[in-house]
Amino acid sequence: MRPEVALPVLLPLLSGALSLLFWRSRPVQRFIAVAGNVALLLVSVWLFVAVLTDGYITMQMGSWAAPFGITLIADMLSAVMILMTGIIGLAMGVYSLATTGRGHEKFGYYPLMHLLLAGVAGAFLTGDIFNLYVWFEVMLVASFALLILGGERAQMEGAIKYVTLNLLASVIFLSAVGLLYGTVGTLNMADIALRMDEAEHSGMVEVLAVMFMVAFGIKAAAFPLFFWLPASYHTPPVAVSALFAGLLTKVGVYSLFRVFTLIFDQTMGYLQDIMLWGAVLTMVTGVLGAAAQYEFRRILSFHIVSQIGYMILGLALYTPLAIAGGAFAIVHNIIVKTNLFLISGITYHLQGTYQLKKMGGLYRERPWLAVAFFISAFSLAGIPPLSGFFAKFVLVRAGLEAEAYVVTGFALAVGFMTLYSMVKIWNEVFWKALPEDNNVPASQTSVGDDGRLLKPTLWMMYTPVVVLAMMSLLIGVFAEPIMQVMIVVGDQLMSPSGYIEAVMGVSASAEAALLDPIELQAERIGDDAEDSP
Amino acid sequence: MEPLMALAIGLLYAAAVFMMLRRSIVKLVIGLLLLTNAANLLIFTTAGMTRGAPPLIPEGMLQPLGDVADPLPQAVVLTAIVIAFGVLAFAVVLIRRAYEIVKADDLDKMKDTDT
Repeated sequence: MRPEVALPVLLPLLSGALSLLFWRSRPVQRFIAVAGNVALLLVSVWLFVAVLTDGYITMQMGSWAAPFGITLIADMLSAVMILMTGIIGLAMGVYSLATTGRGHEKFGYYPLMHLLLAGVAGAFLTGDIFNLYVWFEVMLVASFALLILGGERAQMEGAIKYVTLNLLASVIFLSAVGLLYGTVGTLNMADIALRMDEAEHSGMVEVLAVMFMVAFGIKAAAFPLFFWLPASYHTPPVAVSALFAGLLTKVGVYSLFRVFTLIFDQTMGYLQDIMLWGAVLTMVTGVLGAAAQYEFRRILSFHIVSQIGYMILGLALYTPLAIAGGAFAIVHNIIVKTNLFLISGITYHLQGTYQLKKMGGLYRERPWLAVAFFISAFSLAGIPPLSGFFAKFVLVRAGLEAEAYVVTGFALAVGFMTLYSMVKIWNEVFWKALPEDNNVPASQTSVGDDGRLLKPTLWMMYTPVVVLAMMSLLIGVFAEPIMQVMIVVGDQLMSPSGYIEAVMGVSASAEAALLDPIELQAERIGDDAEDSP
Repeated sequence: MEPLMALAIGLLYAAAVFMMLRRSIVKLVIGLLLLTNAANLLIFTTAGMTRGAPPLIPEGMLQPLGDVADPLPQAVVLTAIVIAFGVLAFAVVLIRRAYEIVKADDLDKMKDTDT
């Protein structure tokens, strides 16, 4: 019985339910938003430390032995992702207090935020492929509602694309789960991995692998399936954008990592090439798309796509070091990308626009904000000694070791293009003088439901930004211990026997492949019957 | 039975894709509806269809006699139907709101956020 593996899912669900109970009470909901996310962060640290000391942590829901029940399992990758969820959840909880308009708060912003976090945490921890689909849907429905909260025209248009393409991905995923069940007769991911080797139709397995790749590729916004992301991520209030940017696509990437290292590790063959070039095209198209944009959040949205390419590159190279680099890229990107969106929210509050051409002069006005942006932006571009440098360094090293020179060259070139976009934002927003036609809101206490501040509670906006910028800096400075963790992630993913044993039971794993599951269950019932006459 | 089901599922997928490629947002949602139904039937069929054999274990025995229907895909389909129902309810509200704001049942008029 290890409660820490279930609590990251249960706590946000509880916070969400509590917030719903206090539907009319804004102060209580705001209190829960912070307190619930502090608790989530504490639990995620607990889980991370437990995984660090004990290795795999599993819990069989309802005490149904695997593969019959739903398994929750935390390996190092899950634990790291949950830790990131906790950090981003708390940052968003605090930041939302300042930026969420009363209209949004009245219509359930906080409960939806908690449910979104529950869905994300559930997807990271489940060991059951259909359960993964369910958590995806929990996450999606919460994100749909958050995306359209406010009901502006741009939000509706963005939401239609977001909803359609994400539902399409869900249905492809669901169809793949159905076909997978028809092929191997089980839904537990560890059990699937065991039975995959004996699957009769090798052609079917390849079809399944491609279906999972497409479904998770849409969710992760990989080339050529990313179009929903830049069409929708810049439309909702900025706290929602930041939350989506930090966590949602990463769930897709996590699922790709999980499925292709655990279940389809035999079929990687030519899929590896597709994935490799998909990763390169994702990086390149994302960064080129960003170069053409002059809207703060749209530039950042295209950079999400570009950065997804690096993570998938780690998976596609398919060596322990590359996977470690991919995981490092995920961690770095969650922190930095969220922070850039948060900074865009502050600049919007200060200057009343996201259009780079209309902004300016912030370096003189807010030098510390400029420093925070500088750290995050240059970390994104991979300048040493910030977090992005080490993520890229490990990936490039792994690429060179795998002798994928062209791909590695692209990865480096995209870094320069990222720098170009970031310098563009720096020049336009912070460096140049404020253009005269910008009417900065005089009092900075503008009221309204459009995401603008109700009161200048700037410290609530600054605190998460400063903390996340510091984390990016610290990841760079203390890259060695973090890299140790990532190497554990890479090793665990590349040798899934540990995962399978943790789920199926240490001794049972070898025999369970041979034994008929019904007989196993019958034996257990027989044992129980003997124990209680 | 399986070939017939396979044909029906294939038709449903095809019709769904056709509907989703139309410009009307109402037809888009109809396409999504057909798509989820096709996926549900697919799960139902791939697990193997067994007629008239509920998975009940006779009293005093540890396993059922002979071949019985697999209850798991039915539980899975049930869950998937409920999820699809909720999501589609949301989609219907969404297209209604979008129609009220954009004043058009046409995806080509909803390109403001694309460029």
